[in-house]
Amino acid sequence: MWKWLHPYANPEVSYHFTGKLIPWFTAISVILLVLGLGLALAFSPADYQQGESVRIFYLHVPAAMLSMGIYLGMAIAALTALVWQLKLAEASIAALAPIGATFTAIALLTGAAWGKPMWGTWWIWDARLTSELILLFLYLGVIALQNAFEDKSLAGKAASVLAIVGVVNLPIIHYSVEWWNTLHQGSTVSKLERPSMSADMFIPFVVCLFGFAFLVARIFGERFRAEIIARNSMRPWVKALVLAQEKN
Amino acid sequence: MQTSYSSAFFTILKRDLTIALRHRDDIINPLLFFIIVVSLFPLGIGPVSNTLMKIAPGVIWVAALLATLLSLERLFKNDHADGSLEQLLLSPCPTFILVLAKILAHWLITGLPLIIIAPLLGVLLNLHQDSYTALMLTLLLGTPVLSLLGAIGVALTVGLKKGGMLLSLLVLPLYIPVLIFATSAIDAASMNLPYNGQLAIIAAIFFGSLTLAPFAVGSALKVSTN
Repeated sequence: MWKWLHPYANPEVSYHFTGKLIPWFTAISVILLVLGLGLALAFSPADYQQGESVRIFYLHVPAAMLSMGIYLGMAIAALTALVWQLKLAEASIAALAPIGATFTAIALLTGAAWGKPMWGTWWIWDARLTSELILLFLYLGVIALQNAFEDKSLAGKAASVLAIVGVVNLPIIHYSVEWWNTLHQGSTVSKLERPSMSADMFIPFVVCLFGFAFLVARIFGERFRAEIIARNSMRPWVKALVLAQEKN
Repeated sequence: MQTSYSSAFFTILKRDLTIALRHRDDIINPLLFFIIVVSLFPLGIGPVSNTLMKIAPGVIWVAALLATLLSLERLFKNDHADGSLEQLLLSPCPTFILVLAKILAHWLITGLPLIIIAPLLGVLLNLHQDSYTALMLTLLLGTPVLSLLGAIGVALTVGLKKGGMLLSLLVLPLYIPVLIFATSAIDAASMNLPYNGQLAIIAAIFFGSLTLAPFAVGSALKVSTN
């Protein structure tokens, strides 16, 4: 049943396959982001209470959702790396962690920019802000641990253990912080029922979310290829690749 | 010869305790650090007793976190340096049991003295008189969690030359839930409110980490010793 997956465990096949996907991801994310951000920034209505500043929402919420989604993806890759000893899963952790950290930082910064006009302060020790900050610490921990090892394969294994420990702790941290203090508005979009906002705001949001998701996929593809090359630099196919490029 | 699990457990425990008792500095230094950090706060904030009463639970707990963090490195460092760690991992006994024995020894050496000295620091910080029981109970349930989660971080960094700073980055975020619930239990106690809920959650975290952390430590040690 899973036999079709086997060829992709080969770094060379994965390298070329990702290379073929990247232009598609670029195109999709450019189209969706132009459409979504255009709709969001120019055509969607201003909020009756928050006014124009609600437009930060279209960047802030996708970034926050993706920051958590990327951590989950990283933890799944970590489990794959530890259980099936897949070298490519280790490479994908190394590729994902900095992207996730960046999106977490974007969510925090846009949140601060939104909080200043709405709550009158850049930062409050609110539950969601705090757990997002802790998520950033967890990402930085994974990145730092990865950089501390000289051997790439050891670094990947150590980072896998840490990512799994982090993903077990993340819900505990989230609920403990929630219980500790709450001021952030309840979530508007994570419910499966009818979203509690009007369609002319919801549609641009969804388009933006997918636009950013494909942007993540595109950046990930590029970083993943770089990681594969770095880990296989002694292999003949990489040498052939470099020689071919030098000839051109 | 196949040794039983309990005899392996107690052999390791006895060995670690003996080594620690022969290097008493290792026990005393984190404790001194704990006392000094706590006594810096009144100096920095001012000796107003109401302010001190308010911050006492947080200060004692944060100091306990930092003192544990300082003492963590000893958990595997020397064993890694002289090669006995690899021998432990090669033994037929499951890593889970060996790791658990080492963590218990660590807690007896560092966690227990902290608990014993904490009421004294409560007096220094003018802790509310109804809070002492809560402070002791949260420390009793919480410090083993600090040792268990900290062991994961040490196991990951034991092979590195500059593991110390990295260790705090890895471990401190994981300590946050314990800190939150412990201090809120102590606060609730000072207002004469029930704090069973917080204690139950800390107990749940304790049992959760007791069952899961040794596995993580084991696989981390395998990575570190390669």
